[in-house]
Amino acid sequence: MSTTLNLKLKIWRQESPEAPGRFHEFAANDISEDMSFLEMLDVINEQLNEQGIDPIEFDHDCREGICGTCGVMINGQAHGPEKATTTCQLHMRKFSDGDEIVIEPWRANGFPVVRDLVVDRSAFDTIVQAGGYISVNTGAAPDANLMLIPKDASDAAMDAAECIGCGACVAACPNSAAQLFTSAKIEHLNLVPQGQAERWRRTENMVETMEDFFGSCTNHGECHEACPKEISLDYIAYMNRDYLKSKLKNRKLAGQG
Amino acid sequence: MTFDSAVPPGDIASMWDDHKFNTKLVNPNNKRRFEIIVVGSGLAGASAAATLSELGYKVKCFTFHDSPRRAHSIAAQGGINAAKNYKNDGDSVHRLFYDTVKGGDYRSREANVHRLAEVSVDIIDQCAAQGVPFAREYGGLLDNRSFGGAQVSRTFYARGQTGQQLLIGAYQALSRQIAEGSVEMHTRKEMLDVVVKDGRARGIVTRDLITGETEAHTAHSVVLATGGYGNVYYLSTNAMACNVTAAWRAHKRGAYFANPCYTQIHPTCIPASDEFQSKLTLMSESLRNDGRIWVPRDRDEARSAAQIPEEDRDYYLERKYPAFGNLVPRDVASRNAKTVVDEGKGVGPLKNGVYLDFAQAIGRDGVETIKEKYGNLFDMYERITGENPYESPMRIYPATHYTMGGLWVDYNLQTSIPGCYALGEANFSDHGANRLGASALMQGLADGYFVLPYTIGADLGDRLGEPLVPTDDEAFTSSIDEVKTQTQAWLDVNGTKSVDYFHRELGKLVWDYVGMERTKTGLEKALSEIPALREEFEKDVRVLGSGDNLNSSLEKVGRVADFFELGELMARDALEREESCGGHFRAEHQTDDGEAQRDDENFAHVAAWEWNGKGQVQTRHKEELVFDNVALTQRSYK
Repeated sequence: MSTTLNLKLKIWRQESPEAPGRFHEFAANDISEDMSFLEMLDVINEQLNEQGIDPIEFDHDCREGICGTCGVMINGQAHGPEKATTTCQLHMRKFSDGDEIVIEPWRANGFPVVRDLVVDRSAFDTIVQAGGYISVNTGAAPDANLMLIPKDASDAAMDAAECIGCGACVAACPNSAAQLFTSAKIEHLNLVPQGQAERWRRTENMVETMEDFFGSCTNHGECHEACPKEISLDYIAYMNRDYLKSKLKNRKLAGQG
Repeated sequence: MTFDSAVPPGDIASMWDDHKFNTKLVNPNNKRRFEIIVVGSGLAGASAAATLSELGYKVKCFTFHDSPRRAHSIAAQGGINAAKNYKNDGDSVHRLFYDTVKGGDYRSREANVHRLAEVSVDIIDQCAAQGVPFAREYGGLLDNRSFGGAQVSRTFYARGQTGQQLLIGAYQALSRQIAEGSVEMHTRKEMLDVVVKDGRARGIVTRDLITGETEAHTAHSVVLATGGYGNVYYLSTNAMACNVTAAWRAHKRGAYFANPCYTQIHPTCIPASDEFQSKLTLMSESLRNDGRIWVPRDRDEARSAAQIPEEDRDYYLERKYPAFGNLVPRDVASRNAKTVVDEGKGVGPLKNGVYLDFAQAIGRDGVETIKEKYGNLFDMYERITGENPYESPMRIYPATHYTMGGLWVDYNLQTSIPGCYALGEANFSDHGANRLGASALMQGLADGYFVLPYTIGADLGDRLGEPLVPTDDEAFTSSIDEVKTQTQAWLDVNGTKSVDYFHRELGKLVWDYVGMERTKTGLEKALSEIPALREEFEKDVRVLGSGDNLNSSLEKVGRVADFFELGELMARDALEREESCGGHFRAEHQTDDGEAQRDDENFAHVAAWEWNGKGQVQTRHKEELVFDNVALTQRSYK
């Protein structure tokens, strides 16, 4: 019914963070084109298990492209060849019979390898902890409709908030910079009225925390190309604007707009 | 063990306020002397951990994910209900309460549901203040949409990603508390046991998924917000890691497990395409607002959807339920899909789906409007199937999606183990035998933000100065030993088949016999076949690698072992419940027109099962349900 593919896989295997890693070759035969990329890896793992070889470790969870857990480099592209698509939503019909596919973990100093294709992305959580929130204790909120938010502003915040925190932006960047992630997190809150009180503090703290882990942005735009949610580069510009403004701002006058 | 619903006396409308007044408070300065463990960081867990910490409690939060932002709450698409009545269409707390009790087919506890409806309005306020980008109208006010099972427009949404946005809101609140040092966050740690001493929960035992280390954590209270058990079916819309293990281990330590047979089959999922399928993908139910469901009248129909003229189509929901049409509750929509597919009228290459057609809506509102509402869902459908739903109708079929059953809890959300609580999908409390759309997010956040933070005081208020049980106490060390022994035992089996193989086989049994339609014969088969398969699993499973580094097969094997025991209990619960209600449909009990036939005289109760040891049949306890405020009627959506 559906056509099948025979593929040659080169997959990065690494026992632990300290151990050296290397590529292993696997033949993937009779792969249905209706499989997702991760289902193809499931099939390989079933075969390895039969052969008594440890299955390949990879991160994944929802398999619907929303949780941001999965992500590998596929032939040098973060999440593979299909635009705006996470690894779990990439389907094998995007490949051709006989293809060689190179599969690696995210490569970035800020994302150390845990095992095989699994990396540690806790630096992203640390950036959010530096100010990626609005300080409002449970119970202290006024009626939701007391605050009018222009639809355009709300939509722009939503565009930023679509970020799933997968790390593809960092993996795709030649500098391993995290500007796209950080700016999406900052501007989701900076663009709406609720976020104004902490706008400058948030921007400085998050940008400076980001710099502890990741490289500098040199405007390649690879992050946007790799982003499964197509987060716009505009947010990096907004973040840079906010950062600069913040450095010049007298915060005692922040209430005057 | 305690088994008293602890529903306070008095009028339901003022009950929650009265209860808050009558519940012991813990002085702000004393709160920091209490330590609370929260397991899970989805909507319920993250909101509870953040709120408890804001109040001053010392909180430790655990997740097996790499980050607290990953939990499966994130995948909820459609929205969250709240009785705001912003649309001025007649909504009220009482109506949301009524709709939820009715939607649950009169098998939920009135007091809990009323409280849920009351706090629903606070949730929207809280989330908007956190910066959750809910959909808005041009005037800057919040927008609403309608959802299955309701005739008012009360659902708030953020594109097709409401769960993600609400979870990020809770995650951000939690992040703030982590940064302040008042929540100690543990990622990639899986809870494998609840430690009980002198009849009380004293802490948990976890396994570090990176180092394999088994650790003990002590606390005054343990809160389980660990989600549902839909993955017992192997194929479901749940994320791959969703499991029953935390709840099940609590069950084995004395927490009653309630109504396990109440599972919800979601009507709008993408049909399976083959054996290798690892999970099913849900298309938000909100699609039913504009999509029309139909199948060809002729089972031998060979034309493509677009070529089939109107007179040869059967819009069966609109035909059978003129008042609700395509917006009937989930169980009704699902069962009707099964009926037409079983009649051989299914569509698609495997004839295992029904059409969900947007042609009329696109003609009426234009492609742009439809794209604005459902764009990301349409894109997702196309990525998975390779078909364009703007041009040809989607194919959908029901799949397991949510589990209404769960750990039994009282009005304070305390399980039958004192000091151990269950929130969100992990408990059984609010949805009865069937959950309405957009109510899962509401319940998770209600429990975490607005219920548990108050009700936990009822227990802690009396325990000031009580020391923690040290982790070198025998209660902890023996539990650690058990966990370690079991972990090693799985590695030592070294059989021939993978964990996934057994999970898949178990899933087929549970789906066939304890799925959309159950029969006495089928359930009896399940009760003999599941234990037989489990025996094979215990002898023949192969888990490679070691226990001292990242090993996902090892993580899975313990979860699948728990699914085996749960699957058996589901069948037993379904067999004992000699009626049909909501998501539990017994073929022997249906009305003349094929609807669920309840037996209120004999089954208007919660079945709460008590663990009696491995290999022993659990004991079934009953909590009678009292309906003082909603009259029991045969549900009708005609």
